[in-house]
Amino acid sequence: MASEFHRGVVKALHDGALRGHLRRAMDSLMEKRQALFPDVDELESLRRRCMQIRAHALANLPDLLEQLEQRCSENGIQVHWAETTEQANDLVYEILQRHGVKQLVKGKSMVSEEMGLNHYLEARGIECLESDLGEFIIQLAGETPSHIVMPALHKSKQEIAELFHEKFPDIPYTDDVDELTAAARAILREKFEQAEAGLSGVNFLVAETGTLCLVENEGNGRMSTTVPPLHIAVTGIEKVVEKLADVPPLLSLLPRSATGQRITTYFNMISGPRKPDEKDGPTEVHLVLLDNGRSRIYADEELQATLRCIRCGACINHCPVYTRLGGHAYGTVYPGPIGSILEPQKEGLDRLGELAEASTLCGACAEVCPVRIPIPQLLNRLRWESVRQDGDDETKGQGGRRKATQAGLWQAWASLASHPALYRIAVGSASRFRRLLPQQLGPWTRVRKAPQIAEKPLRQLIEQEDKRDE
Amino acid sequence: MSEARHRILQRLRRVERPSGDEELTRSVDRHPWNRDEKIERFSTRMSEVRAEVHLTTKDTWAADLTAILLNKGVRNMVYAPDKPDGSQLATALNAAKIDSVPYAQSIEAWKSELFQQMDAGFTGCRGAIAETGSLILWADEAEPRLLSLVPPIHCVLLQADQIHSTFAEAIEAQGWTQEGMPTNALLISGPSKSADIAQVLAYGVHGPKSLVVMVVQ
Repeated sequence: MASEFHRGVVKALHDGALRGHLRRAMDSLMEKRQALFPDVDELESLRRRCMQIRAHALANLPDLLEQLEQRCSENGIQVHWAETTEQANDLVYEILQRHGVKQLVKGKSMVSEEMGLNHYLEARGIECLESDLGEFIIQLAGETPSHIVMPALHKSKQEIAELFHEKFPDIPYTDDVDELTAAARAILREKFEQAEAGLSGVNFLVAETGTLCLVENEGNGRMSTTVPPLHIAVTGIEKVVEKLADVPPLLSLLPRSATGQRITTYFNMISGPRKPDEKDGPTEVHLVLLDNGRSRIYADEELQATLRCIRCGACINHCPVYTRLGGHAYGTVYPGPIGSILEPQKEGLDRLGELAEASTLCGACAEVCPVRIPIPQLLNRLRWESVRQDGDDETKGQGGRRKATQAGLWQAWASLASHPALYRIAVGSASRFRRLLPQQLGPWTRVRKAPQIAEKPLRQLIEQEDKRDE
Repeated sequence: MSEARHRILQRLRRVERPSGDEELTRSVDRHPWNRDEKIERFSTRMSEVRAEVHLTTKDTWAADLTAILLNKGVRNMVYAPDKPDGSQLATALNAAKIDSVPYAQSIEAWKSELFQQMDAGFTGCRGAIAETGSLILWADEAEPRLLSLVPPIHCVLLQADQIHSTFAEAIEAQGWTQEGMPTNALLISGPSKSADIAQVLAYGVHGPKSLVVMVVQ
């Protein structure tokens, strides 16, 4: 029975237009990033520093979270904690309900996608409006983001033009990007003006000062966090850094890695609600800190590196698997290499362990990661966690993909490989009877030839070589 | 809810780490650029993202800016009346028959007017960053944050002496940690933009469509 992921893969691979579109988009993103890192030494030293900053923050995570909470409270930001997405949704809903909010404008937030917040609130009569242009587009289309930085990456200009025409029949049809952007601006301006509350994500939390940092280009982050009287920020507990001085190196790498921009248009540093004498800004600011499996990932020393991620998406842009599939095939909130290590740990290896197998381990992701997460190493580790029997239950769904036949085959192989005499006989007879071996090997040979066994085993060749040298 | 807090922290604290997470060695990145090089670098970076940079002087900036605004067909400009620069500008605007609108009351009292009628907004700034071409704005009682966000044109007055080579240098030189952060600190590096439609860059999505920087030499 094909899994959801497998069905997604087959569908994506048969979509020629999507594949062409993705290939061009990824080539351009990789080129733009490359152009901003002309000095390899500078890049490598910056990556090392950013890795250390994030690793240091994680090593002190509980202390830093407490410090952050204290500073935020002193600044007037109300901090809430949620163990699960349900709790986080409830928290947001309660705050909105207390203020009688019926309409929420949203800046871009992947954590809110993780929470399924729009769906949750809309079922309770609160309208959610995505204001990031890409998010706005996919909300119109009733889809989910296919990329963590560029949510509508999978859509061509023509598709977006047709979507606008269908949803806003009063606006004349156009596929001019400037005109489409202007149309979205006009629609959303009105919403910003009327919004009763704004919701955003957070890129970095600064423990030392109690500051919420937000990276964006469009100004919708600013609109959502400064125009409405109420601002709610949702983010994962791992986003904290210790000091303000930790922010510039991270900010130097994030936009360059993500979209090949030197810096984003806006970098917001929010440290509190409107003060009594100030003329604008929200009068209330809330921060919801979400765990949702992160503290479990945190417990494993090796897998903890997953939490260093700053969500730039460079691994996605450089991934040969993502480039052929796009984000929707993964069927998860976070696609691509980071998703393939994060999602199985969050949701369980029994459910999503397959994602860790969908990789050639080519290593491109680890090479570009600004915080040097060893993604291939972690993929390998998760493959093992998926099938191990002697689990410690630290990783969710551990052993969930173990199959008796596969385990039996590996065991046979292991005993063969650890008994030299037996091994020699097996390999020798495989060579001798190689022409008798089956040429049809199920799905493998549907698109390939069966592997051919050499006439002489490597071992024998080396022995002959050695003799010749003597 | 506090139970969630307790349980999350408990789970995190349960994890034992091999001691020896050595203290992070932090360094402040900076470039050895002189004043002119910093102005040059800042202007180049800003131009790359379609911001306009004009060099001016402390006596003529208001008149220079007014001329630019007339050229753009600006009918009115909102400014912060409690800032000394604001009143200097208002005089020049009035002389040129551009309506100068003080941001004198809280946003609730005139939100729709600000959103629908204002052509341009004027702010000062706390300095700039040459490396990335970024302006540093700290919104406060005197200078509200929406001045730099809502009107389609945002004009900024920058003193050339306040351009730092890097963000890290600016944070250190201006003593952000010691002084304490304002409710809203901001880096602005060009007009609002997006490439969310087919990776094609478009300007003026939600924030200002154009950014005009007056650099006082």
